[in-house]
Amino acid sequence: MSGTRRETGFSFTIDGVEVTAYAGQTIMEAADEAGVYIPRLCDHQGLRHQGSCRVCTVKAGGRSVAACTQPAAPGQAVENETKHLNKMRRDLVEMLFHEGNHLCPICEASGNCELQAMAYRLDMTETTRFPYLEPCRPLDASHPDIALDTNRCISCGRCIRASQDVDGKGVFGYVGRGIHRRVAVNGENLAETDAEVTDHAISQEVCPVGCIIRKRVGFVTPIGEREFDQGLIGQEIEEKRK
Amino acid sequence: MEYGRRKSGGSSATVCEVPYVPDAEIAGICKTYGNDKHRMLDILREVQDRYRCIAPSTMEKIAASTGLTRIEVEGVASFYSFLSLTPRGRISIRLCDDIVDRYSGLEEVTKAFEDVLGIEVGETSSDGAYSLEYTPCIGMCDQAPAAMVNDVVLTRLTSESARSFAEALKAGQSPEHLVSDRFEVLTPHDRALRMVDNNIRHAGEVLLGPVPDDAGLNHAVGMTPTQIITAIEESGLRGCGGAGFTTGRKWRFAASERAEKHFVICNADEGEPGTFKDRVLLTERPHLVIEGMSIAARAVGAREGILYLRGEYVYLRDLLQQVLEERRRRGLLGENILGVKGFNFDVRLQLGAGAYICGEEGALISSCEGLPGEPKTRPPFPVNRGYLGYPTVVNNVETFCHAARILDRGAKWFHDMGTEGSHGTKLFSICGDCLNPGIYELPYGHTVWEILERVGGEDAAAVQVGGPSGTMIARDSFHRKLTFDDLATGGAVIVFNGERNILEIVEYYMSFFVHESCGYCTPCRVGNVFLQKAIQKFRKGLANPEDVEYLKDLSGTIIETSRCGLGMTSPNPVLTTLQNFPLVYSAVTKPSKDGIRDTFDIQSAIDGARKIAKRRSYIFDRDFTQ
Repeated sequence: MSGTRRETGFSFTIDGVEVTAYAGQTIMEAADEAGVYIPRLCDHQGLRHQGSCRVCTVKAGGRSVAACTQPAAPGQAVENETKHLNKMRRDLVEMLFHEGNHLCPICEASGNCELQAMAYRLDMTETTRFPYLEPCRPLDASHPDIALDTNRCISCGRCIRASQDVDGKGVFGYVGRGIHRRVAVNGENLAETDAEVTDHAISQEVCPVGCIIRKRVGFVTPIGEREFDQGLIGQEIEEKRK
Repeated sequence: MEYGRRKSGGSSATVCEVPYVPDAEIAGICKTYGNDKHRMLDILREVQDRYRCIAPSTMEKIAASTGLTRIEVEGVASFYSFLSLTPRGRISIRLCDDIVDRYSGLEEVTKAFEDVLGIEVGETSSDGAYSLEYTPCIGMCDQAPAAMVNDVVLTRLTSESARSFAEALKAGQSPEHLVSDRFEVLTPHDRALRMVDNNIRHAGEVLLGPVPDDAGLNHAVGMTPTQIITAIEESGLRGCGGAGFTTGRKWRFAASERAEKHFVICNADEGEPGTFKDRVLLTERPHLVIEGMSIAARAVGAREGILYLRGEYVYLRDLLQQVLEERRRRGLLGENILGVKGFNFDVRLQLGAGAYICGEEGALISSCEGLPGEPKTRPPFPVNRGYLGYPTVVNNVETFCHAARILDRGAKWFHDMGTEGSHGTKLFSICGDCLNPGIYELPYGHTVWEILERVGGEDAAAVQVGGPSGTMIARDSFHRKLTFDDLATGGAVIVFNGERNILEIVEYYMSFFVHESCGYCTPCRVGNVFLQKAIQKFRKGLANPEDVEYLKDLSGTIIETSRCGLGMTSPNPVLTTLQNFPLVYSAVTKPSKDGIRDTFDIQSAIDGARKIAKRRSYIFDRDFTQ
């Protein structure tokens, strides 16, 4: 944080708590620094903001906006942890569950999965009302070190941005439109691309679900001892405030 | 997965060969567009036209020529309906699958094409000669059923005419010759008129009455940019595309943005089913459109403009190119326009490729930049950072025409027409169950009743105002007025008589939105599919009373969390019919008896097991003696 940015700091409130922001910061960036957690799936630290999952929807000045792309404004009153907004977020998380095939008990990412963790955090404990779309999507195990199970992909595009912007490669990209819009690879299959298991895009922190799988490392940490088995998602941000 | 009725691309039962395309030819096409990645849509359109598909090897070559990755090229190629990764026929027949077309005999027309060509909708003939598919509204609802055959539009089809067209194509006639034997020697304007009737039923004072050539532009060159903007502000002109933002303010924002370049873009991508007013202006008032763009350019200091024409209106391409050429020749485009030093402006025609979302300002800009037509994150707004990051004014065809007329006749003249808050005239495109479908230029403020009397639609039971994303009203609301404050509309008015099935209309509209959602954000991509499925449940008579609440609840989430106007309005067909036609829903709703999920059919679910086990179920077989 440079000195000049601090000089241009201003304050606004999130659920009545005063938060400081700097010119050019989004609501979520300011909230993260202040130790206020706003749920999110497509946004990830160090990557461009995309604003596509909409789980970070907050109310700013009475309007519903994506906190990850909406610039913070002086004096603005932002609502975050309200019953209404959490209901919206739960609907969105449920939509993602129903759009793909998410079988938590057999998924390698169980316990490390942000989608699963978000469902727990948002209290998605009852049977959902939405219909299952049960898509039949391909499994790509062509690469010697990496496998892709796109049935579990939630189209967050974090791998796309990580590969483009951090790795400088462009291994992934979106294809198609509407409900058929999908993440695909830059070639016939993953083995035809220049993807490497050491890429940032392939790292465990980038894919929030169990779609990008690193071969031969499954279950190194047993279920029950994994990241979100220890506590709620977003906890590390909220701990900053304590 | 099939989420709508339409079957298109990719699913051909008969697969024909991917044509071999020499790399040099692809490189040549890319070079025509300066190997510029921002001209990707033009490159892909040309490849598609020539080779009937965009094959994987071509994508690699295009990527190499334009400095992109293959997946980026594929992202664009797979986004637009008119582009295909698998080969389509040399003659591509696209039947307009609008609800109005369905009610005007689309089924018989489809059958005639299928019979003669020997393929079904969604297929390509094995010799690669034809492909047949459905496409959403092509802007011909006043002369439905209609179809596009390559770049040619056929209207008022009947099963007889469809049969004879199909036979002529089969006998080797070109699509152009279906329209006229003398097609080559006709002027672009005559060609357009041979294909499409403009059905101007009432010409108003502003747009469709007598319009002197370039009178607005002549006035504008004698004014400062600020004076032009002030005149537009004082006229009360609001955007005619649907959102209704104040035009003068938009221009002022763009003009006050300091930047190296400014751009003016004309949004000629009307795609809301039932809208066809821009089609008429582009045919009958093309000079006025460009004149309005030139005035905007002077007001905001833009040197470059883009006219973004929806792919469905490709039949107007030659006409518009001719108009642009003529204006360049007459010194109305180019350097020092009308002899005014430093007034430089020119317009490029950009053709779309079948994507309704590109009518959204940000998506339209993305498309002009050679990207998939996805809306942009706001802020920044286009007036601050738009096309290629420069301040950009995007206005609709009708808005530019109005602006030119305001500069000619003055702000007060325009302001005095219409009602408070809705000034001037408006083009209404009216279709459906009425005697005189077509274009009516009327001042704002007429009631729906007055409109219905004028068009011969007095027996209407329901009227859809503003297209699917607008409002569906019943007879008890026909006293309401067509203004921004009451019933807002981009121009579409669709009349339905008492024999039409409201739920069928709603399901059609939802499948339209499912097909046209860009898929960027979760609620619009997924939520609309759920809404469509829920409406299907009502139509099948499987809905519970709680399902009405479900519809409202899900609609609320989609509206509140969607990223752009499409998702923020796509549940409107459901919500406005729930509000205005509650009996339609309650008539098909009944409580479920057995507590089993209503869409689940236990009999068919256990049937396989029943056959294998060779015995019946004591619990679920209702009559064990059967």
